[in-house]
Amino acid sequence: MIWEIVALYAIAFCLIVGAAFSLIGSIGLLKFNDAMTRLHAPTKVGTVGIGGLLLASMIHAQMFSDGAWHDLLIMAFLFVTAPISANFIAKVNIHKGSCTAPPPPPEDDTWSTLDVAEEDRALAPTPKG
Amino acid sequence: MTRAFYWLFPHPFLTLLLVAVWLLLQGTLSPGMAVFGLILGILIPWSTSVWWPGTPRGFRVGRMAVYIVIVLWDIMVANVQVAWIVLTKPNASLRPAWVVVPLDLRKPEAITVLAGTVTLTPGTVSADLSDEGHSLLVHALHTDDPDAIRDDIKHRYERRLLEIFT
Repeated sequence: MIWEIVALYAIAFCLIVGAAFSLIGSIGLLKFNDAMTRLHAPTKVGTVGIGGLLLASMIHAQMFSDGAWHDLLIMAFLFVTAPISANFIAKVNIHKGSCTAPPPPPEDDTWSTLDVAEEDRALAPTPKG
Repeated sequence: MTRAFYWLFPHPFLTLLLVAVWLLLQGTLSPGMAVFGLILGILIPWSTSVWWPGTPRGFRVGRMAVYIVIVLWDIMVANVQVAWIVLTKPNASLRPAWVVVPLDLRKPEAITVLAGTVTLTPGTVSADLSDEGHSLLVHALHTDDPDAIRDDIKHRYERRLLEIFT
């Protein structure tokens, strides 16, 4: 009995935290005015936002339902794939020059996104700093 | 014996992971499902072995567990910081910056984990790798001191990853 009440409060807490962070992530997406800074809000705050909601779902499934662990898989896949999509969006931003140009790397020639073959230069002009 | 083991399980961790994912997907821990998961765990690495060129050796599981706990804690703390920046900082006073992190890591798996960690911890996104893989380009949402972020990434994450992927 006592554990059910504790679980209920834990679920409510996780739902509120997850929903609040999702809201803040959306606000950040709307508010920032540069393509790279806009990328920060949803990719980051989104992980805790969705993580909180999934944690609530997980506690609920364990305490009051069939006890499935699917939410754990959703969380694992999300944490593995979120950085990759963020990385792709960042690469597109660098390519299109929709942000300030990055400084050149100290050791190597250039960043791999900007490492374009000579004959393709016309298609992908290097952004000016 | 070990040769037979590596012939059957060319990637032991991948096999373990596949069995665990299969059992989690099924939601039951019956012996039949475990055996079927093991069959999948043997067949899938075998049929995709073309895309797994080398078996990464020298991976410390215990230190990786410590690392995951540290990263999860950092994600929580830094999320609150980013939420605070989103809610209180006007756009005009926001100072985003590019940070170049020179890498001591050489293994592709280790660099992937580092880049993923940098992206998951709020306030920084790993944007690109230099063409020969010697530096990582990181974008910071708001910073007064880009060098501090670089040193933080190097000391907090990269030093630990160097010990994990030996």
